[in-house]
Amino acid sequence: MHSLSNRRGLGFWLQLGFTLLVCALLTVPMVMSMLAGLTANYFVGLKSGLTLRWVDEVLRVYSGTILLSLQIAFACLACTLVLGVPAAYALARRPGRFARLVEEMLMMPVAIPGLATALALIVTYGGVGDLRSSWLFILIGHVLFTLPFMVRAVLAVMGAIDLTTLEEGAASLGASFLRRFFTVVLPNCRSGILAGSLMVLTLSVGEFNLTWLLHTPLTKTLPVGLADSYASLRIEIGSAYTLVFFLMIVPSLILLQGLAKRGRPSV
Amino acid sequence: MSACLQEAPLPHRPAARPPAGPGWVGEPLRLAALLAPAAAVFAAFFLLPLVRLILIGAGGAEGWSAYLTTLVDPGHLDSLISTLALSAGVTLVTLAVSTIAGLFLVRHHFPGHAVLVALLTFPLAFPGVVIGFMVIMLAGRQGLIGTITQALTGGKLVFAYSMAGLFLGYVYFSIPRVILTVMAAAEKLDPRLEEAARSLGAAPWRVVADVILPALKPALISAGALCFATSMGAFGTAFTLATRINVLPMTIYTEFTLQANIAAAAALSVLLGLITWAALAVARSVAGTSVAAAG
Repeated sequence: MHSLSNRRGLGFWLQLGFTLLVCALLTVPMVMSMLAGLTANYFVGLKSGLTLRWVDEVLRVYSGTILLSLQIAFACLACTLVLGVPAAYALARRPGRFARLVEEMLMMPVAIPGLATALALIVTYGGVGDLRSSWLFILIGHVLFTLPFMVRAVLAVMGAIDLTTLEEGAASLGASFLRRFFTVVLPNCRSGILAGSLMVLTLSVGEFNLTWLLHTPLTKTLPVGLADSYASLRIEIGSAYTLVFFLMIVPSLILLQGLAKRGRPSV
Repeated sequence: MSACLQEAPLPHRPAARPPAGPGWVGEPLRLAALLAPAAAVFAAFFLLPLVRLILIGAGGAEGWSAYLTTLVDPGHLDSLISTLALSAGVTLVTLAVSTIAGLFLVRHHFPGHAVLVALLTFPLAFPGVVIGFMVIMLAGRQGLIGTITQALTGGKLVFAYSMAGLFLGYVYFSIPRVILTVMAAAEKLDPRLEEAARSLGAAPWRVVADVILPALKPALISAGALCFATSMGAFGTAFTLATRINVLPMTIYTEFTLQANIAAAAALSVLLGLITWAALAVARSVAGTSVAAAG
């Protein structure tokens, strides 16, 4: 009892107040923007009434950007799975200086600002065929940026389980490599693959630094459209658009938090 | 003490050598083949373009000295210095705020604790443009801070479209990640050290200064370096708030699109990349390989 009252002294309440203030700093603007997207007239305030008019308008004008972002995100997920999971396996089976160097190199597109990566892609591949005006150009940038997150998430799980013993067991029973990979290795890494996949989808849907330079008027993604709407349209539309974006990424963010809470390594 | 530790034999990594047997003969080849697709994509679409960018930065009449000329150009130098100052300020403020909140959340459990942690880490994956919009919601022309200050003092405080708005945006963006890092590190602290200090009569602030902060130092350095690198290279927030904010990514963007000065944009990008990469290398060397970054 004494320790409890001691713990909940002035210091406790001051720190709680401070933490709540920080939390308010982060969440109040989110709530404000969601409400603004549903308010008939933000300048007048909530008393002007709630409406789905702005959300409708966003879906009508910007559905192209939403679909393109989803298309790129899932294509990006496919690429990072095909490239990243085998690479993570190779790195996990041979830990050491070389594996660390490879991991470090793969992290470079995250360490170097997206603006620089996008410029590098444009000066190198901007003139190759129709690539510059294709959505594939954006996809390339997104794959570079998200691949390390997939590799790290999978590698973290592969490092935690005893891959060698599991595989040796399967091999001693006569399982071929492909069979071991698909029936022993992959199922044992599914939490890492899931965490990596959610991370890749979330990051790709929200990617702006690379995409702003890589996009063309015909290949606008959701964040590009967001920047457009913030700059030129009324605040209700920008807010409604942001609300649509939140609705798209919130499910995967909640799942990621759930995975992290279960103690599984997330990125 | 440290000399002793260095002389002690290094712990052996569990050997990952393949056991002898017919099934394992082609293993190195197989691992190389599994790594090859990722390596090929990475080399073709990242390393090659990066080399190209570095060469373009030196491609003008001046050659490699163009890097120096670009850097000492007064406009560029200004932009570099203000970006460094902004990032350093953001890092210090974020570390202070997140350490207080993170330590509190690890050491006290109360109803609503889990919700609070979830809310604090929510903006983790927001893109820079959305962060910029959140700043406009707080400190823009129709923002919360403006409304409150108008009601209180009659004057409307609006600072979203300036360096101060960018500062707020980067702190907003960095808090969730740093809080997570602080909490992860604080959970691993040995509570017995703290109890020992307290039982020896140390005042609470002495315990924090002499026991807790030193133990958190690696995590704080690595989180700080990450925060610094992100603030240096971020582009979306500045782009949303005002294109005339004088930070390096905006300067690069203006050089490239408005001035069509590709050589200068390339040189500045390479410079910026070197700075962020070095900061993250510091983060990794301090904290091992468990640090993750996101733009």
